[in-house]
Amino acid sequence: MKKNEKATDAIISRYKAGRRDDLIPLLQEIQEETGYLSEEAIRKVGKLMGLSTTKIYGLATFYDQFRFTPRGKYHLVVCNGTSCYLNGAGAIVGKIKEELGIEPGETTRDGKFSYELSSCMGGCMHGPILVVNGKYHLKLKPEHVQSIIDMLRKESEKL
Amino acid sequence: MENIKKFLIDRVLLFEHEILPDETEKVLKKIRREKYEHPVIYISSGTGSVISGAESTYIAAKSYFSSRNSEAQIINTGCSGPLNFEPFICIQLPGKNKLFFRNITEEKVEPLLDGVFHNDIPEEDIVGQKGSKDYGMWPGIPFIDEITFFAGQKRIVLGNCGCYDPESIEEYIARGGYRTFIKTIRNYTHSEVCDIIERSGLRGRSGGGYLTGAKWKSALNTSASSRYLICNAKESDPGAFVATTILESDPHRLIEGIAIAAYAIDATTAIIYLKAGTGIARKRITKALEQAREYGITGHNIFSSGFNLDIQIRTDPGAFVCGEETALIASLEGKRGMPRLKPPYPANYGLAGKPTVINNVETLMNVALIMENGPGWFRSIGTEKSKGTKIFSVSGKGRYTGVVEVEMGTTIRYIVEKIADGIRDGGQFKAVEIGGASGYFIDEASLDTAIDYEVMKEKGIGMGAGGFVIIDTSTCIVDFVKYYMEFIHNESCGKCIPCREGTARMFEILESVIRKPEREDSFTTLERFKGVMQLESIASVMKDASLCGLGQTAPNPFLSALEKFRDEFEEHIFDRKCRANVCRGLRTFVIDVEKCTGCTVCATRCPQNAIYGTRLQPFFIVEEKCSGCGICYEVCKFGAVIIK
Repeated sequence: MKKNEKATDAIISRYKAGRRDDLIPLLQEIQEETGYLSEEAIRKVGKLMGLSTTKIYGLATFYDQFRFTPRGKYHLVVCNGTSCYLNGAGAIVGKIKEELGIEPGETTRDGKFSYELSSCMGGCMHGPILVVNGKYHLKLKPEHVQSIIDMLRKESEKL
Repeated sequence: MENIKKFLIDRVLLFEHEILPDETEKVLKKIRREKYEHPVIYISSGTGSVISGAESTYIAAKSYFSSRNSEAQIINTGCSGPLNFEPFICIQLPGKNKLFFRNITEEKVEPLLDGVFHNDIPEEDIVGQKGSKDYGMWPGIPFIDEITFFAGQKRIVLGNCGCYDPESIEEYIARGGYRTFIKTIRNYTHSEVCDIIERSGLRGRSGGGYLTGAKWKSALNTSASSRYLICNAKESDPGAFVATTILESDPHRLIEGIAIAAYAIDATTAIIYLKAGTGIARKRITKALEQAREYGITGHNIFSSGFNLDIQIRTDPGAFVCGEETALIASLEGKRGMPRLKPPYPANYGLAGKPTVINNVETLMNVALIMENGPGWFRSIGTEKSKGTKIFSVSGKGRYTGVVEVEMGTTIRYIVEKIADGIRDGGQFKAVEIGGASGYFIDEASLDTAIDYEVMKEKGIGMGAGGFVIIDTSTCIVDFVKYYMEFIHNESCGKCIPCREGTARMFEILESVIRKPEREDSFTTLERFKGVMQLESIASVMKDASLCGLGQTAPNPFLSALEKFRDEFEEHIFDRKCRANVCRGLRTFVIDVEKCTGCTVCATRCPQNAIYGTRLQPFFIVEEKCSGCGICYEVCKFGAVIIK
């Protein structure tokens, strides 16, 4: 956690001017570095910009990109583009929700899984697509999701 | 390296005459790899290729040559073929035509290269050849521009895609790049450039189809201390990947287009607004910008012309509504991406209150080509009122999917039948959805509509940004419309009521149509009907009263689907049936007593415990308990489970 705070401070110090149009790039950079926007980070940004925390939180929640909980150990991205949907991405999303009990953008309580939806990845021939920490799983069926998640659970227990 | 840079700047970019001297051409040919003494392998490595495993192919090819101690160049390029062919690779042997091969996964690399080097071309992998018809031709192999998918296209804007290394500015300059930009800033005034673009008839490639040159003029003629040019490279429509493909395959031509456009409106700052999460595209455009800066193509006092230009990259934080111009500007200003009332238009009052021109990637890709070949050349392509070409990302159930460029005036039928080559897996054509989440359905009867702003407008269809989804009879129209409505509902910014509430209500009503109610009694039926009766009037209010394009076009998929497939809607509403068997809530299953062997597989897998019976006797399904998930249907090996 200390590391994240340091990183946040370092990024903020680069945006000393505190110009409003730097706000989104600043938040993006913090998220890229630390994986999410912590309460502390939002407070610090507010101080720099001279904006209230609620304003910044309001802005950040407007956009899909920002998340307020750390990413899980396994970050799943499901393509929900048109082609993937036609090939059954809806069932994949349903299965993930059923298995993990979380909505897109959230993280499971044990910190192991988080997931989000992507609007199109451009792999339309292979849909539905699930990406786990950068590894692609193609032409998925709901039962594959089950076995992937089971496998990841086992793997994380071993460590 | 320094030498090449100096050579390219002095002898090519700044060379006064149109035709370069032979000795310069000789060097350029080498950079273009036209005269090359070693084999060259081009591996397409856009997002689509990487998903299919192009990275492993690259590594396998590298180790093939290093283990044999032979020299070869292996180059990552952008996507050029259909996505079905990925990983798509091209092999060029010295003095021979380029050969294209499909689906070359890691394990296929070695046999393929062994074969090619011994003049034994594997037939199942070959796609075609490209190059001259006499010298270096491979006998018996078709030319790539004659085979399906490629044959019907007119690849002008995408002409460079897949042909060169997108991370090499040297190669782009050797192919004639950036000379047009330098010629432009040296020979033309700002308004002359606007004039040329206006005369060419280039129209914005997304949405309205406004004349690009006129838009530029309007910004140029607004007096201001500074102006901005924004390249909208964010396409968040589900199923659109035109901009991403261009950024991955030909970033330099985009930069050249941006630079010319910025000069035309006298803007000193240009911003490329990228979509979040596009790793490869971001990497390539960032690298290309660095190179352009190094070569002095952007920066201060570019080639002593007195013109300054700074191109920045900003990332969209993820909001569909930011495709709308004023919302995009709000997001760049560090605010919530909410649109405002127009006028004033951004061309007069935009980013930070300054005149701002926003063009999308495809539009800007045309600019350098028009300046190079003249407006007359551009006018000769396309139809009377719509000039040039149009790019679509064809996806869905077609046999070929991928980025496709056709001349304006081509019919939609032509793209479906000749380029996408019909429906895959023996399916039957149902419709094309053009323009993404705010687009239109085109059924069999209107397939002969030409891709043309005027013709499409007449028929009440919008061109859209490039989404082109082919659907077959296994797709349920109601479910599909609901998918788009859910998307728009999630993405509505919430500023104006017609859009915020309208999308939510429409989504609810559509869902009630395809959902199984807890009790199918007269009350729920009445409620459902009441909703359905309102759908059309909600849609028309949204169309009239929404603030921005997102809300105004949100009901389009629904309205056009209703017009073309009314019977299917009615079937869902009255008969509670889904002919495509997609809507879970409307299907129930029965077990064929004759076929059932009593193996118990379905009963054990049923999540609702709705299947009962005794082992080795026929089972039965309790309809009230069945949720329609279809697991029993999928697991039955005897085909005993049938859809009722």
